[in-house]
Amino acid sequence: MSTFWSLFIVVLTLGSIAALVWLLLATARAKAGGAGQTTGHTWDEDLTELNHPLPLWWLGLFLLTVVFGALYLAFYPGLGANAGMLGWTSGKEVGADLAAANRKLESLFAQFRDLPLEALANDPKALDVGHNVFANNCAACHGSDARGAKGYPNLTDDDWLYGGAPEAVLTSILRGRNGVMPPLGAALGEAGVEEVANYVLSLSGRKADEKLAAAGKARYLTVCVACHGADGKGNPLIGAPNLTDDIWLYGGSLDEIKTSIRNGRSGQMPAWEPVLGKDRARLVAAWVLAQSKPVAPAGQAP
Amino acid sequence: MDLSSTYNDKVVRQFVIATILWGIVGMGVGAFIAAQLAWPALNFDIPYLTYSRLRPLHTNAVIFAFGGCALMGTAFHVVQRTCQTRLFGDRLAAFVFWGWQAVIVAVAITLPLGITQAKEYAEPEWPIDLLIAVVWIVFGIVFFGTIARRRVKHIYVANWFYGSFILTVAVLHIVNNLALPVSLWKSYPVYSGAVDAMVQWWYGHNAVGFFLTAGFLGMMYYYVPKQAQRPIYSYRLSVVHFWALIAVYMWAGPHHLHYTALPDWAQSLGMVFSLILLAPSWGGMINGIMTLSGAWHKLRTDPVLKFMIVALSFYGMSTFEGPMMSIKTVNALSHYTDWTIGHVHSGALGWVAFISIGSLYCMIPRLLGVERMYSTRLIDLHFWIATIGVVVYIASMWIAGVMQGLMWRATNPDGTLTYTFIESLAQTHPFYVTRLLGGLLVLAGMFIMAWNVWRTWRGVRAPAPVPIPTAVAA
Repeated sequence: MSTFWSLFIVVLTLGSIAALVWLLLATARAKAGGAGQTTGHTWDEDLTELNHPLPLWWLGLFLLTVVFGALYLAFYPGLGANAGMLGWTSGKEVGADLAAANRKLESLFAQFRDLPLEALANDPKALDVGHNVFANNCAACHGSDARGAKGYPNLTDDDWLYGGAPEAVLTSILRGRNGVMPPLGAALGEAGVEEVANYVLSLSGRKADEKLAAAGKARYLTVCVACHGADGKGNPLIGAPNLTDDIWLYGGSLDEIKTSIRNGRSGQMPAWEPVLGKDRARLVAAWVLAQSKPVAPAGQAP
Repeated sequence: MDLSSTYNDKVVRQFVIATILWGIVGMGVGAFIAAQLAWPALNFDIPYLTYSRLRPLHTNAVIFAFGGCALMGTAFHVVQRTCQTRLFGDRLAAFVFWGWQAVIVAVAITLPLGITQAKEYAEPEWPIDLLIAVVWIVFGIVFFGTIARRRVKHIYVANWFYGSFILTVAVLHIVNNLALPVSLWKSYPVYSGAVDAMVQWWYGHNAVGFFLTAGFLGMMYYYVPKQAQRPIYSYRLSVVHFWALIAVYMWAGPHHLHYTALPDWAQSLGMVFSLILLAPSWGGMINGIMTLSGAWHKLRTDPVLKFMIVALSFYGMSTFEGPMMSIKTVNALSHYTDWTIGHVHSGALGWVAFISIGSLYCMIPRLLGVERMYSTRLIDLHFWIATIGVVVYIASMWIAGVMQGLMWRATNPDGTLTYTFIESLAQTHPFYVTRLLGGLLVLAGMFIMAWNVWRTWRGVRAPAPVPIPTAVAA
């Protein structure tokens, strides 16, 4: 702040406060009318004014707030570029609070740092922290019970798009993932989409039109096989889903499958390392791993 | 009869009807969006009915349509009576009425369409802002023109407040809405960043200070002594609190921006002057309540006075609450919670709506040349329904707000938040339902008032013009 603007603020502030005090004291000192005596003016036939003195408690309250204000401005920043006697700034306060919190957290996180994820997944203390981190950061998409939603994977089954090894789960959290299914409507044509969708349904043993599915298989083996594999079991390296387990990220109805094939899908898991840091990420990974339970696939077993 | 020997009450009557009509519309929209907060599906997936578009419609309708019409109508009524002269410019006054209605209708159409500047309480886009500026300046010309040709030497205290309200709102509106239009319905403000935020809340808080406080104090200073038939308690108190109020309010805006990118020094000044504002605000309350001393027995039989005394009580309470919430430590808890909503409504319903309703009940029989309103018992019923409604409303928002503030700041030893946002929302749900109930009670009161006013009016086909008293006292 330049000296001019600083002075401008100081003069305006102190001048206003001084003018208020003057107004208050000058009015308080002026002679009051006698009891029940009006100012002598009348408006609209019957409106008159008495002239009682200012209530003392009110005068005191007014001066008290002025004194408080003056003291506050002496101790805290307010008068232009003047820093105030305490040298307080909001930036310093936040910095000190953060440092104090981080010191406490450092001792908390240190005890988990050397333990492998598998061990953390069985440590109730680590799981408590992991659950809290999940509720604060992950629940918005994956749900507070981690069961996910359409487009957001369920984390409580044992089906993993990018692999269920502890390190793979941690990598998903730290770096994020970008799962892209390209739109194939143009390449396959609407009839082709219908056929492939029926074949995909049949892969997980679901009821499908056999004739369409057979025609779809030929198309599948030329177009889809590169990512989802000849057996339809997918490829965790690129996050291509397993199509044989009857678990559907974007819905398992014929129409939803056709939409996925025709228009493609794009799913993004953000990279959380910049937000959480490695300590928290490892704890939440451990909690997620602890939630994962083998689920008997609906329908028939493969 | 020569027009210049009678008061211009036509425009006042028009504003009275508009006040009641827009009150019902504005509070009705308020009740609807309160229901949406409890049951979000009530927007029916129709963009025009989404909370984001209807909330500014509600605030604009109650502040500028309901409050604005009440202020303009009473200002025109009071300034004529206390100056003992006819309103300056009958045609200009008619323009103010119809111009203001045009503004209201334009706002009510554009906001649901999503046309907005996204500045709180200043949402209307630039063509409407221009119309507002023109109407407002003509409003000022009529008001000050009447003052200029007054037949009473001294300017009555109510007119100081109305005058400062008219002048300041003109300045606030024009400065805050300076913008570069890029098309008919889109513009960009000339300010940016923290400066834009500061200008916006300088405007926003002074809209509270001058629109919702000074203007309604003007109303209080005429209708309270009229209804109580008592002299104003203290002239000198009115002098001190008037000048202190208008000088200090100007500084208080930054308390809306505590703990933001606004520089520390500006936040400090906002807080300090908000605290100093307590006594000047209370000066008006003391003068109003003490004016009733010696007339306390009238409260037993006169529900109109009850409206006024409760209005003054809510005024005192919310002007205590405001400075308290401006203290940074308190603000850290209260900001962004429903406590703010409760605070605003204790001022807007408890003070602004109650003093307006009381003033209208006081003015309407005089305006129509009849002894009293159609039914005093209905006024009493309105009073109790509205009072219970306001108390239910603000109590539920206080509890919800403090609870939200405490839940949001609670942390676990591992540094995470104890409660997720959705948990605080689930806890708030019953209070949202309770708040809706309070709002519906207030709205029901407005319907009772409309019925009462209609029945009073029906008996008077064409009210006779009121002659201006020729005797001028002082």
